[in-house]
Amino acid sequence: MTLAETALQMHNITIDFPGVRALDNAQFAMDTGRVHALIGANGAGKSTLMKVLSGAYSHYTGEILLDGQPVDIRSPQKSKGLGIQIVYQEVDTALIPYLTVGENIMLNHMVNEMGRKQLIRYSAIHQQAKKLLDRLNIQVSSRSLVSSLTLAEKQMVLIARAISTDCRFLILDEPTAPLSMTETERLFDIVRQLRDNNVGVIFISHRLQELFEICDDITVMRNGRFISQNNISEVTINDIVEKMLGKQLDEQFPVIDREIHQTIFEVEHLCDDEKVEDVTFHVHAGEVIGLAGLVGAGKTEICKALFGQANHVRGKVKLHGKPLNIRTPHQAVKSGLALVPEERRKEGILVDENVRTNLTAANLGSFVRVLSFLDFKKEKEASHKVVKDLDVKTPSIETKLAYLSGGNQQKIAIGKWLIADADVYIFDEPTKGVDVGSKKDIFTLILELAKRGKAIIYASSELAEIIGITDRTYLIYDGKVVKEVETRKTTEEELLFYSTGGRDS
Amino acid sequence: MSANLDSSNQPSSPKGSKVSFDFFQFLYKYGTILTIIVLIIVFSIANPSFLQWSNVENILRSISIVTIIAVGLTISLSVNGFDLSIGSVASLANAVVISMFVWYSQNTFVAIISALLAAALVGLLNSFLIVKMKIPDMLLTLAMMFVIQGVALTYTRSATISPNMIMPDGSYSEGTISKVFSLLGQAPYIIIIMFVVVIIAHIFLTYTKHGRYMYVIGGNEEAARLSGIPVNKYKVLAYVLSALLAALGGIILASRVMQAEINAGSDYLMDAVAAAFIGLSVMGAGKPNAFGTFVGAVLIGILANGLVMMSVPYYAMDIVKGGVFALALAITYYKMK
Repeated sequence: MTLAETALQMHNITIDFPGVRALDNAQFAMDTGRVHALIGANGAGKSTLMKVLSGAYSHYTGEILLDGQPVDIRSPQKSKGLGIQIVYQEVDTALIPYLTVGENIMLNHMVNEMGRKQLIRYSAIHQQAKKLLDRLNIQVSSRSLVSSLTLAEKQMVLIARAISTDCRFLILDEPTAPLSMTETERLFDIVRQLRDNNVGVIFISHRLQELFEICDDITVMRNGRFISQNNISEVTINDIVEKMLGKQLDEQFPVIDREIHQTIFEVEHLCDDEKVEDVTFHVHAGEVIGLAGLVGAGKTEICKALFGQANHVRGKVKLHGKPLNIRTPHQAVKSGLALVPEERRKEGILVDENVRTNLTAANLGSFVRVLSFLDFKKEKEASHKVVKDLDVKTPSIETKLAYLSGGNQQKIAIGKWLIADADVYIFDEPTKGVDVGSKKDIFTLILELAKRGKAIIYASSELAEIIGITDRTYLIYDGKVVKEVETRKTTEEELLFYSTGGRDS
Repeated sequence: MSANLDSSNQPSSPKGSKVSFDFFQFLYKYGTILTIIVLIIVFSIANPSFLQWSNVENILRSISIVTIIAVGLTISLSVNGFDLSIGSVASLANAVVISMFVWYSQNTFVAIISALLAAALVGLLNSFLIVKMKIPDMLLTLAMMFVIQGVALTYTRSATISPNMIMPDGSYSEGTISKVFSLLGQAPYIIIIMFVVVIIAHIFLTYTKHGRYMYVIGGNEEAARLSGIPVNKYKVLAYVLSALLAALGGIILASRVMQAEINAGSDYLMDAVAAAFIGLSVMGAGKPNAFGTFVGAVLIGILANGLVMMSVPYYAMDIVKGGVFALALAITYYKMK
């Protein structure tokens, strides 16, 4: 690896997709040996710009320069050949689960650099892979199967693969979204190490705070255009958010007057076989309670146990004072519960179905006439209403969800429960992967539900959100409730203290 | 967003120019129907008697059984399942219904109900093993295909059942097949039954709550479960319906040939699979649907009939059939890319 710096410049990049100009004279410039944040709201074009850089598109216009020399990147091979590597957010799409870590890391080598050799020398493969793993200080055996790794480890394997060949620029697309705090720290160590080895790291993330921890420079994009580039020490979070949205960010958390009524939902000594241990809490009508904790603390497991989606759930659950016996999600819905799950694409929506079908899936029973025949007119009216109320950006209610942005997909995942009209709403990380603008819409929506007298359970690892939206919060650590706090009287620091395992002495 | 997006529900894939996109979209939606029209024109020019009513009736009659079985498969496909046991179930129903007449001198009602009951049992067993034992559906129904084929063979002692057959004890069987039953397999009844099945299945899948739930399950099982849909119940229903329709196909086959040959239903499996998959893209449905399946069966039927008329030897028929199937799939999946 040479230690001379390389400068990357992208000038006037424009790319059109049918009906949409995704990039409009976008600019980007950075040097190796730096960590550069690239941010923007969903749909701002940052991923598209990086795809252009990594050769995923061939029909853009504009210029890419390396050290002042124009290069013509029109294919992934070309991009990789120039030392530009990308690690996509969906790590599983890039890994072969039933091969070993070593084979996955050395995949490029095995595919491109074997030449006329026909036989693979596994000892050499593992040796080289181990060297790369050691260099990044990753504690994974090169002989273990990729299918047995955690998500964070898979990501690290991909980074190791990226630097297995000449790597001058490494693009990380939302790498921290699925990671816990410790895992994020590990990733940052690796990123710093790469930077010190004169690699230019382009870092895309929605978590603004962490950018200040790891990045040297920051470029903001909006609507496919370049907005600004700064040294990160020159800007504040508010500046960035303003630039992302193109307007002053009025209070991120809306304030809606509402009354808190009697207790309607009670959970006592909830346990499951794996994670959840003796969880007790209650929610009043009109109240938003938080289940706060780090990634992996057991929040999702509690939500699923409540919703009948776990094995051997024990404990008492009461709604309006009546005990519920929920064994399946079907019974949960019938009893008046609604769950907006964390894994939106996997569990919350039907990407190949249209907006209308998605919105009515949870409550199709109220859109039928005799003999279960569907009332399409009523279905359409209800869908139009939700789309309008939630301000979902979609060309029509017949559009497939695959074509909507993440924030709008999330609105649909929530919207279907508005139609179903439950009593208790459980939100599991509802803002994950959602841009700042849509976040506010989602908060408003949740508070509106509370105002209508619903009980809201809000599970999140984003402590700022817990502070901003809940009335009371239960801190979850290792599957247990470790503390109950009134949100007004607490701070982010206190929440963090308890959610990292701190105890009252 | 520009006006462009508003006018079309499906923004195109990023690659490719506007013109080719529209062309493939058109092919995707109407390719199968277009192919049918072209085939009809070509065959009727080659042989004017192709379009005579007697031949049209011939084609419809020849596709009836395949269509009925394929509609059953379509229902299992709609929950993202795959029922490979339908051919064997048709054989079993075929054997049971004829044996009820011939061996046990039962009336039409009992004979048909027995065959349907046997099929329903298979459907329940299939769905139990898929839903509770979590065996992947294609593998399980492949296993069941062999099991049921074996059961049918064992039941018939690997012999063709027909009236006046010699029984193991040396006597002749005394039962007869009822007159009413023999009508089922003849035109126009066989064609009417086919249309009724297609129409009811289409209405069920498209216009009722239950059909919608099945598509939702097929689209994303996890999301369906978390939406409160009783996923397992609907999967059981899908496999039972699939088996029942396969049995109906077998029963009608029995009526048409008035005897139960060995493995008579197994020939229909692959044709049914082809019809259902060709049907995926018809009119741009993009998912398993009864009407599309019918169109797929028509395509196969016209092809077979026309080629016979043009004196293509029967042994070369599979080449053409497979080729058309591959072409239809190419159009479907090229678009999905």
